[in-house]
Amino acid sequence: MTEITTEIEDSVEDTRLPRRLKEEVYGTIEDREVTPKEASEIAAAVESRYLDTRIDPLDPVGTVSAQSIGEPGTQMTMNTFHYAGVAEIDVTQGLPRLIELVDARKTPDTPMMTVHLEDEYAEDREKAHEVVWSIEATKILALGDISTNVADMLVRVDLNEGTLAERWPTAEDTEEVAIEIADIIEDSLGVSTARDGMAIEFGPEEPSYRDLFRLVEELRDVTFKGIEDVNRVVIRKEQLAPGREEFVLYTEGSAFGDALEIEGVDASRTTCNNIHEIYRVLGVEAARETIIEETMNTLEEQGLDDVNVRHLMLVADIMTNDGTIQSIGRHGISGSKDSVLARAAFEVTVNHLLDAAINGEIDDLNGVTENVIVGKPIKLGTGDVDLRMGAARREDQASEGDGEEARAD
Amino acid sequence: MSDQTPKEIGSVSFGLMDPETYREISATKIITADTYDDDGYPIDMGLMDPRLGVIDPGLECRTCGKHSGSCNGHFGHIELAAPVIHVGFAKLMRRLLRGTCRECSRLLLTEEGMDELRSRLVRTQQLGEDPQDVLKAAIRQARKTDRCPYCASEQYEVKHEKPTTYYEVQDVLVGDYPEKMAAAMQPGGSGDEESGDTGATSPQELAEETGIDLSRINEILSGEFRPRPEDRQSIEEALDVDLTEEDMNKLMPSDIRDWFEDVPNEDLEVLGIDAESSRPEWMVLTVLPVPPVTARPSITLDNGQRSEDDLTHKLVDIIRINQRFMENREAGAPQLIIEDLWELLQYHVTTFMDNEISGTPPARHRSGRPLKTLSQRLKGKEGRFRGSLSGKRVNFSARTVISPDPTLSLNEVGVPERVASEMTQTMNVNLQNLEDARRYVSNGPVGHPGANYVQRPDGRRLKVTEKNCEELAEKVQAGWEVNRHLVDGDIVIFNRQPSLHRMSIMAHEVVVMPYHTFRLNTTVCPPYNADFDGDEMNMHALQNEEARAEARVLMRVQEQILSPRFGENIIGAIQDHISGTYLLTHRNPQFNKTQALDLLRATQVDELPAADGENDTGEAYWSGRTLFSELLPEDLDLEFTSSAGDEVIIEDGQLIEGTIDEDAVGAFGGEVVDRVIKTDGSTRARVLINEVAALAMRAIMHFGFSLGIDDESIPGAAEEQIDEAIDNAYDRVEELITTYEADELESLPGRTVDETLEMKIMQTLGKARDSAGDIAEDHFADDNPAVIMAESGARGSLLNLTQMAACVGQQAVRGERINRGYEDRTLSHYEPNDLSAEAHGFVEHSYRGGLDPQEFFFHAMGGREGLVDTAVRTSKSGYLQRRLINALSELETQYDGTVRDTRDTVVQFEFGEDGTSPVQVSSGEENAIDVDAIADRVVEAEFDAEGSEAVAAAARPTNLSERADDRSAGLDLPPAAEAATGGVNDDD
Repeated sequence: MTEITTEIEDSVEDTRLPRRLKEEVYGTIEDREVTPKEASEIAAAVESRYLDTRIDPLDPVGTVSAQSIGEPGTQMTMNTFHYAGVAEIDVTQGLPRLIELVDARKTPDTPMMTVHLEDEYAEDREKAHEVVWSIEATKILALGDISTNVADMLVRVDLNEGTLAERWPTAEDTEEVAIEIADIIEDSLGVSTARDGMAIEFGPEEPSYRDLFRLVEELRDVTFKGIEDVNRVVIRKEQLAPGREEFVLYTEGSAFGDALEIEGVDASRTTCNNIHEIYRVLGVEAARETIIEETMNTLEEQGLDDVNVRHLMLVADIMTNDGTIQSIGRHGISGSKDSVLARAAFEVTVNHLLDAAINGEIDDLNGVTENVIVGKPIKLGTGDVDLRMGAARREDQASEGDGEEARAD
Repeated sequence: MSDQTPKEIGSVSFGLMDPETYREISATKIITADTYDDDGYPIDMGLMDPRLGVIDPGLECRTCGKHSGSCNGHFGHIELAAPVIHVGFAKLMRRLLRGTCRECSRLLLTEEGMDELRSRLVRTQQLGEDPQDVLKAAIRQARKTDRCPYCASEQYEVKHEKPTTYYEVQDVLVGDYPEKMAAAMQPGGSGDEESGDTGATSPQELAEETGIDLSRINEILSGEFRPRPEDRQSIEEALDVDLTEEDMNKLMPSDIRDWFEDVPNEDLEVLGIDAESSRPEWMVLTVLPVPPVTARPSITLDNGQRSEDDLTHKLVDIIRINQRFMENREAGAPQLIIEDLWELLQYHVTTFMDNEISGTPPARHRSGRPLKTLSQRLKGKEGRFRGSLSGKRVNFSARTVISPDPTLSLNEVGVPERVASEMTQTMNVNLQNLEDARRYVSNGPVGHPGANYVQRPDGRRLKVTEKNCEELAEKVQAGWEVNRHLVDGDIVIFNRQPSLHRMSIMAHEVVVMPYHTFRLNTTVCPPYNADFDGDEMNMHALQNEEARAEARVLMRVQEQILSPRFGENIIGAIQDHISGTYLLTHRNPQFNKTQALDLLRATQVDELPAADGENDTGEAYWSGRTLFSELLPEDLDLEFTSSAGDEVIIEDGQLIEGTIDEDAVGAFGGEVVDRVIKTDGSTRARVLINEVAALAMRAIMHFGFSLGIDDESIPGAAEEQIDEAIDNAYDRVEELITTYEADELESLPGRTVDETLEMKIMQTLGKARDSAGDIAEDHFADDNPAVIMAESGARGSLLNLTQMAACVGQQAVRGERINRGYEDRTLSHYEPNDLSAEAHGFVEHSYRGGLDPQEFFFHAMGGREGLVDTAVRTSKSGYLQRRLINALSELETQYDGTVRDTRDTVVQFEFGEDGTSPVQVSSGEENAIDVDAIADRVVEAEFDAEGSEAVAAAARPTNLSERADDRSAGLDLPPAAEAATGGVNDDD
């Protein structure tokens, strides 16, 4: 209702508000009947609130963030296995998961992927299943029965035609699939096979019971379709946006890079709970995002969703600061500090001192721990301010020099 | 005095020490293993030599002349009879031995290789990575070379036998070389058949081929002459035989020292070793520094016997062996004995450094306890670094049990008189406070606001005693310092462990009180996580003006009301406060004038608002909501849903509708408190919380509130209903089991049939408990205290109530029904493989009704798991927090808005991507700033008070002491608590 005049514009532009807030102020002013004076007061009030919400310079945000994540840790449960939205898949939760993330373990205890599908696959159960079969590792036991013929030294696999048709939906003829399976057996076991319809037979080169049973054992481990590391895929229909339901796949075991290659997988939304895999496939920024996401989810699962994300961001940022993933602890950030004393005070005290001697290190005492050790004020917060009060009194200075002139004016 | 001027440590450098320097700084050489003579005097040049410093009071140090306490002690030294290896460097020494030439000691790398490493080292330093990695890579490279690129001598493998023995694995000539050669020269032997000869090799041919004299060949063949290594090699080549065997040549520490002495500085530099501060040969000790006695004081036991420190014991061992070594060597003892002694000396020096080396038996005390030597003193939680340097002990601290006191302000702490007269504050006496100072001194050390010490301008400290206090008080003049007792209004720091977040340490104002406990306002329990079941807390009295000012401005409780974790208040009403406000506002009861005044009596409200109306008898009445509204700021407008479930509407500081409960005034994000602190500042919020607590206590006392066993009882009819519900559930479980046993149960995707059954049973029983709870709930009146507490969020939940009144429900261990115990059954009371509910820990009774023995046992199993879980969790989460804090402690926002560590590495360009403070903004909030609401307020304020100051410019109260705040906040009366104790504000 109020028009934005140059006068109002000036008063708004004069504030130290960011663009987004300025636009919002304009919007608010336009919506109601205000005088230019009121408009400038609104702008000033918004600015004042904005400045209140700014973080203060020299705030020890690191410690605050560490405490804000560590303190709720005491309220978490240790009970590891719990359901992560999907009742069918057990995922490490609670404190152990948080520790795992902060440790930046190479592989999590329970690797898992959440696979989103591209549009045409996401809404069609058949097509979604197609993706399931190309992700889930298919072992021989799922395809048919194995029997050993000791008399002829032969392993016989009777494939189930129905299963083949189900798992290879794109293949036109189950016969072809059987040939493919026979090929895979030949390649991975190094034997020659004889195929008769759905039956495949093969045996060791030289008759030997041991080799025969070894072959059976090895056959069980051969992956015929899908990704080796993915043991199980659970398909669920989920409502992600109002009025839009789609199929989402949850996998037990993860192979993120391989999964993204599969047709029908929406690479832009698919994720994985292994930060190192994300780092390898998508880079540090994605890894940082995953750390934030995963820690937040872990906290939310425990009903601690009120922890400010900014704390988690700081942790993720320091973990990915050098372009790789560093763990929080002696093998990562704490172990690579500049200061000998800080490292020695953390863990493996003696080794750090001995190495420091050999390398002739000099501790410049910049950090927190070092200064506590030598008994100096630490350079954080009020300790980082170099402002001092002068020794002489103000009036004295004034009467001596400049003051005279000032008074003359 | 010149060495006593205050100094600041600029930096600390690390390095090895040259043996010569040891000797130079040494106060004396130590030669005898004895400590004290028969008269109890330390023996000269013994381990307790008075030149090493003094520990007994009264004695004078023979080196610096100072007394015990001011003499820091002085190092001595032991001249080792033979060089000994320093265990800590054993690994590095192995690397150096493998990477340098055995003849010329140069690093076994070509110039190019060295250049490459040099640049890599520079890069590593720039990146701040570990230089040890470069060293490792360099050694790996150098080890591959088997001939020195400088002196062309052959290199041998160096074997390291932990902890401190090195061998050189050399190929040496076998003893039966003539025989081997002869055999090879025979026809059909492994001679060079392809040369086309008869197969046999004659000595002449051999001489020709190898270029060795025939006579020498014959001598070699007869075994009279051992071939030189070059000759041996050519013979080996010619005859295609191996004339060598592996020989382990032990490298003595002295050999190693000689070897290292020749390593040039340039080569060390490539390895990242700073030759300036640490030459590798110094890793082999020839002189052992003896720590001053002050570092290993002996203790005199009650019976007059002296007990020596572990380090002294170890040094005694070293000196004894050292002595024996020297005697034996002078006496010309056989090499074998010398070597044994050398090893023994090595062992003692090794354990002197580190007594926890794997593979070496630890040196033990007579009692069998392993000695605590140098490494052990530094290591670990109680070690020098974490125990003494990072965690310092302080004076002016007190610790005692805490107890609640609702009459205190949340900013205050009740300090027992005994503590107050022990902790002191230094008063600089001047003309203004001279009177006060004299009064304190004349009260003496026992009378309460007294003084313990005075200091004259010349620096002399005098103890105030009961005898001299009057006399001293006369003498006190301006310029003196008086250490007076704590008095009301002083600021102190208060803390409860574990200090998990910054609200675990806050500053309080002192209120001196009788008895022996610290008193707290109950509203500060949540930030400290304190209760009064015997908790103790610590108090620290601040000792300088800077600290006091910082504590007052930054650390005072009211400045910590907002938690940086979630950006909402962590201090607020709890437990009975919430029950109280609930009773006061839920059904909006009416009060007559006397009652209303009584309710508001502990608050600052001293005038009743206009009455809400008249009751049937014509008496004026005030409603609970009206009374509560008196505490709210006048311009408060707020709408939200309470935890009781109704809509709360507050307009212009009047509670129009709704229940005030946990969601309104509670700790952990009560809406009203949160809004008030964010718009009106922390002082107003503090006043609000104090008064809400005071009003709530009055309210709950007015109504009376108690919980007895009858409050959980339900009518017999309801109990029957519950039994029926549970019986139904049993039937359903039975059905499930039958289908399972008939193999007809269909498994859930990704689950086995067994798991499916378990899950379904758990589900059924869970539902049974819930429905039992629902039935019970229907029979509880709304004014049931347990229901009130659960509904208002004061304490407990409906689940607790269900368990008390209806059914405790399924007990679980590791998230499953109880399955352990006997083979195929949980207890011997049940049939094997009984899958029924009661056999696996379903407790169908209520706590009130009582559990039967089996149920009780299952319940204890579930309870035990909880206890174990907490125990494990505290240690795990404690370590997690330590690591997090250690990793993040150096991060700080800068004036340019970036977050950097102390190396100035940018970690974030803006904190949390938007520079928003987590304290001021609730983490749930999408938009930190509600522009519309602010605009509304501005316009309204304009409308309300034409011409007056706008909201934005409204002055915030200062945050000095409670009284100063109240004055500037325009609140006339001081809080009740302060008025009662009548704060003494004095001195500065």
